[in-house]
Amino acid sequence: MAEVEKKEEREVPYYETVLGASPEKLATVDYKPPAKPWMDVPPKFKKLDYLNPAKVKWMKVIDLPFPREWSPPDEDWKLPENWKEIFLNGMEDRLKRFRSFQLFMDICVRCGACADKCQFFIGGGDPKNMPVLRAELLRSIYRRYFTTSGKILGKIAGARELTVDVIKELFKYSFQCTECRRCSVFCPYGIDMAEITMIARELLLLLGMHVNWAIEPVGKSFLTGNHMGLLPHTIKDFMDEYRDELEKITGFKVDVPMNRKGAEILYIVPSGDFFDERGVILTIATLLYFYHIGLDYTWSTYTSEGGNFGLFTSHEMIKRLNAKMYAEAKRLKVKWILGGECGHMWRVINQYMGTVNGPADFLEEPVSPITGTKFENAKDTKMVHIAEFTADLIRHGKLKLDPSRNDHVIATYHDSCNPSRAMGLFEEPRYIIKNVCNNFYEMPESCIREKTFCCGGGAGLGTDEQLETLLRGNFPRSNATKHVHEKFGVNRLLCMCAIDRAVLSMGLSYWCPQVTVGGVHELLANALVIPGESPRTVDLRRQPLKRPITPGKIAGKEA
Amino acid sequence: MNVKLENLLTQKRSTILKKWFDVVIETYPPETALFLRRQKDSIANPVGSTIFQGIEDLFGELLKGINYERVSTYLDNIIRVRAIQDFSPSQAISFLFLLKKVIREELKKEIRENDLSRELSELDSRIDNLALLSFDIYMKCREQIYELKGYEIRSMFKACQKAGLICDIQEGEFDLKEGQNIDKL
Repeated sequence: MAEVEKKEEREVPYYETVLGASPEKLATVDYKPPAKPWMDVPPKFKKLDYLNPAKVKWMKVIDLPFPREWSPPDEDWKLPENWKEIFLNGMEDRLKRFRSFQLFMDICVRCGACADKCQFFIGGGDPKNMPVLRAELLRSIYRRYFTTSGKILGKIAGARELTVDVIKELFKYSFQCTECRRCSVFCPYGIDMAEITMIARELLLLLGMHVNWAIEPVGKSFLTGNHMGLLPHTIKDFMDEYRDELEKITGFKVDVPMNRKGAEILYIVPSGDFFDERGVILTIATLLYFYHIGLDYTWSTYTSEGGNFGLFTSHEMIKRLNAKMYAEAKRLKVKWILGGECGHMWRVINQYMGTVNGPADFLEEPVSPITGTKFENAKDTKMVHIAEFTADLIRHGKLKLDPSRNDHVIATYHDSCNPSRAMGLFEEPRYIIKNVCNNFYEMPESCIREKTFCCGGGAGLGTDEQLETLLRGNFPRSNATKHVHEKFGVNRLLCMCAIDRAVLSMGLSYWCPQVTVGGVHELLANALVIPGESPRTVDLRRQPLKRPITPGKIAGKEA
Repeated sequence: MNVKLENLLTQKRSTILKKWFDVVIETYPPETALFLRRQKDSIANPVGSTIFQGIEDLFGELLKGINYERVSTYLDNIIRVRAIQDFSPSQAISFLFLLKKVIREELKKEIRENDLSRELSELDSRIDNLALLSFDIYMKCREQIYELKGYEIRSMFKACQKAGLICDIQEGEFDLKEGQNIDKL
């Protein structure tokens, strides 16, 4: 019997459909992608555009289950034998433990209010990045295994079987959500998409699957206190270098208090401020600022990280990594904690720290040593945001400022997701900026304050590993920046988050390279009029000033 | 270009632009196309508005004669977006060829009745020239992506090098039994 020749099915490359075609024939080619129900579209992982899985060594350091070598484009993800059981048991456990999760699975009426609010959908156009559909990836499993209608009616009730492809899909889209919570602002029920993503990631983690960009920092933070794995003497070396740089620019030789017991305040920043070129400038600015106001404070080489990648990993990991803040505050016997320009640190502090590691009864209710203002909002956590602290100083006239020293900067402000949506910090940064800079222009109302776009790199996505996805998620914010650049000549995008500083710089270099990124307190330090200052012609990032600084003069006139 | 075809294109400018926009938008999945077409705000819908503005500008250039500096900017605006979306290179710049399709459909009768095939092929050549330019722009965007990747890797490497004593562990160094390092997750 003749062998039946197997025809190899292959996807016809697009160019073959148009190759050699006359313009008339070209006009007949159908460019429309085939319309398929979302459940029938399997996930694909494009080369050089996915996050690498967590490395075995880092999984082992923090005792995560099923560490193994695998890669998203692989057919076989080497799932544990009873993966389905583990996943469903994990889901059942979380439905019982988190009332919010149960509610978020049940109450969505698919009104679509969130559909066009996610940066990744807006910039990329993948329908599975509509928050409603991204949640549906998990909801369909919930219906199939945890609701009667789903068990009986299956697909008709929006339920589906848990398969390996579903796991792959969950992995792909859980890591295309930055947990920024923009969609939640528009949800009439207040469904928190970030919480759904967090649970989906926890479930994947039960099967030994997470991304290295989150797990390695968690492991390093567990070992050294910061995501980069910087050791105490390295941090000390860095700080000495920044102190010297500050002296070269301004002539001021400042003290850098490190691990100083008995200081009034412990100052915590994201570790990017120690090593990342985009954060270091903020550290230099802060050194000058605290020196000027004579703050009794200390940096710590152990709590050398404000960020907490545990937030992107699991609830338990949030608690573990956050615990060092209070432990170090206790060890150094400080009165309260001041926090720097960090992003998700503030979500952890405002929404988790008080309950997971509090109450911090050994600390005092924060009071500004300069104005006497009580920060009642920080009564529970004992931790104050530097923007609140600075705005209070300006309000009480405690800082002599010359905004014309920032006249080379035309600024706009990006509300970093977590300080804005997780703590409502809208006015303080704007108040500071308006006092230290003469040229400030807001982006359109629909993308600032609580409606702010995400940078596209939060929640463990801020890496070049998945650069195209990142650029898609970043497009809405960069586009709005380009808008104010073209309209008002904006050349600096201010923000208050280390991930923002890195990711917005990356995004803008592609979308609008004329605009640079920086922190709010960098401009504050530029504008400070300090007794005993030397004449200079550059700002703290060594950019030429419009008008040289003459000691004792404000905007060129006698102070 | 012959006055006749130019007049027709000018007269039907808004219809052609609308149809061109529609077919470009249809290269996205249906749910996405709906959003890209409906939302008019350029901040809420940067992709849709960039494409619309871009094709409007390009159409103007095709009519009044191509200024390569200007047209490069217009092409760049659209291609920069499509270069990072999940399109193959040919799909990313296919939007230009779609204009041929739209014009043929829209002016079918007029082209036949007035024997405008010569003028039409002249217009085709202009569109083809834009397509050639688009290859360069697409490649420039892609090169920029890889440069950016390279830059990020170099920066991270530099930071690590600067730190000197960054904590790193060797394979096997922490091979403890489950639960021995920290409590079970």
